[in-house]
Amino acid sequence: MWEYTEKVMDHYRNPRNVGKIDNPDAVGIAGSLACGDQLKIYLKIENGIVTDAKFQTFGCGSAVASSSILTEMIIGKPVEEVKKITNKDIADELGGLPPEKMHCSVMGYEALEDALKNYKTDDMVDLDDLREPETRDKVVCTCFNVTENQIWDAIKLNGLKTVEEITNYTKAGGACGKCKSLIQDIINTYYHKEKEEKKVELTPAQKILKINSIIENQISDELRKDGGDITLVDIDGNNVMVKLRGKCSGCKNSHLTLKSFVETTLREAVDPAIVVIEV
Amino acid sequence: MEKLIYLDNNATTRVDEKVLETMLPYFKEEYANPSSMYEFAKSASHALKDARGKIKDFFNAVNEKEIIFTSCGSESANQAIRGVLNMNKNKRHIITSKVEHPAVLNLYQTLEKQGYSVDYIGVNSNGELDLEQLSESVNSDTALVSIMYANNETGVIYPIQKISEIIKSKNPNTKFFVDAVQAAGKIPIDVQELGVDLLGISGHKFHAPKGVGALYVNSKTVITPLIIGGHQERGLRAGTENVPYIVGLGKAAELAADNLKYEMTEVKRLRDKLESNILKNVFNARLNTGVANRVPNTTNIGFEYIEGELILLHLSDLGICASSGSACTSGSLEPSHVLRAMGVPFTAIHGSIRFSLSKYTTEKEIDYVTEVMPSIVEKLTNLSPFQNELEQLKNLKQ
Repeated sequence: MWEYTEKVMDHYRNPRNVGKIDNPDAVGIAGSLACGDQLKIYLKIENGIVTDAKFQTFGCGSAVASSSILTEMIIGKPVEEVKKITNKDIADELGGLPPEKMHCSVMGYEALEDALKNYKTDDMVDLDDLREPETRDKVVCTCFNVTENQIWDAIKLNGLKTVEEITNYTKAGGACGKCKSLIQDIINTYYHKEKEEKKVELTPAQKILKINSIIENQISDELRKDGGDITLVDIDGNNVMVKLRGKCSGCKNSHLTLKSFVETTLREAVDPAIVVIEV
Repeated sequence: MEKLIYLDNNATTRVDEKVLETMLPYFKEEYANPSSMYEFAKSASHALKDARGKIKDFFNAVNEKEIIFTSCGSESANQAIRGVLNMNKNKRHIITSKVEHPAVLNLYQTLEKQGYSVDYIGVNSNGELDLEQLSESVNSDTALVSIMYANNETGVIYPIQKISEIIKSKNPNTKFFVDAVQAAGKIPIDVQELGVDLLGISGHKFHAPKGVGALYVNSKTVITPLIIGGHQERGLRAGTENVPYIVGLGKAAELAADNLKYEMTEVKRLRDKLESNILKNVFNARLNTGVANRVPNTTNIGFEYIEGELILLHLSDLGICASSGSACTSGSLEPSHVLRAMGVPFTAIHGSIRFSLSKYTTEKEIDYVTEVMPSIVEKLTNLSPFQNELEQLKNLKQ
């Protein structure tokens, strides 16, 4: 018997926002009938705000509860805020899920991500850009059709460390088990990389050069795609002063661009203590 | 909980009041070790002998020496399989079915990793065993065949007597173990007529308590013990005998034999009523076993496009206990290996529910479940993303 929270039970007993939206602005799907759970989410978006959300779920109690609470979490919220919702937020909102059921919250996150992927405006940062630059769309678990990217995301968002945890969150490795060593490799790569990066202590001059090169070669390129640009103004310890230009300057999402794209990229590549300031 | 409707008797059963009564004196009054030499131990020693006689009768075994008491069905299976293989180390081929209980299946997979060559016999869509494949698989190197008497998930009965004949005609030296855990108390067990070498049961599936089982080993079959130590069970199962529970097992076997007729008529009638009403009233229900011969208490019904755990949770809210072959409840992420081996379509496999009745099940309870089932299914189909498919199914049924 699973230990479900009162909130989970309330949501599978009385699911909110069940059904379809006619002429939705975005639709997302995650999971499949063969795999034992599927979620379809429908969104109505007006002026960058999610005005309505409905869902249809084939799945267990925690899958229905995750879907139901997700719709409550996003209705009335601006799209850029909704984009920041992770599986952890869904599980937390439910008061927690049993470890073996975390994949239900991941399904909610994936359906939402799928819906928003199909809904983009010019001045919005695409979450895909924040992902690891290498393509990781290779299917690792063929039983449940889980890609390397999905596993990578689950590690990153939830700090997962073991194959068992990956299985609980993504189902990968949960059937025939043949991919368990591949999953272990992905975990090793992820943490090895993180360790390697931490190990290299840069001199102040090296740090400045590295930040400059990343801004010029990586970040600036990405922003130019959306009609904006960025220049490095000054570096003071871990404070990186930048100027946003073009379409980015004055864009209502510029704060998001700075924080979740520029800062995340620099933190991952150079130093987790970096703070990006717009001047 | 106000009301409890327990329809999960293949998982475990309620201990019969009469069984409990018979056990009680052996906790506080007659607590002696049956191996002891004083007068006080006589009652315990007699009780043990008496229980052994009752299990011998329950199996229609020739001799009381053919009965070993164990702690559970899994121990009976492990003892039988490992015991036989240890005595026949030169033979490296073993056979079982794809739909065995994990107590046998996982052990076979372990043995396979240790170097045994294994044939897993498949089943058809009704869950019936492929006897041709079995016949082709037995060879001169086959040490052991393990086949269950009745399947725990579907209730399908396997033709043990016929299987025994097939095995012995191909290789008279091949030993045959039968996991009869789900048959005990539901259909007659006659080891002589069935022609089996070893057969295991578990007490808690027929109103004895958990923690006691038995293994029949015919006098022509030599096995090594699993648990080594004292001389108990003629050296085949060391450890001081669990007298109160063994007494309970004996009593439960006696009661089960007396109750067989009721099981095969009245329990069957209630099962059939529940089954036919659900199939009639719920448009997306399918009987997973088709026309297969089954034990009288079990039905396994697949509800298409809805998920089993969610059905169980809603049943549980009404005090109804059943179980599911769905991935979400099996502890693993895959649906039941039994339903997969049968090729149950993936539209229904995740929504498969097993109801298993007992002598305590009442007509009122069955009527109540029959009454609430359609509304639960309706609520859950409304949640399903497969509305078009469900609509098609509905039209097909009308």
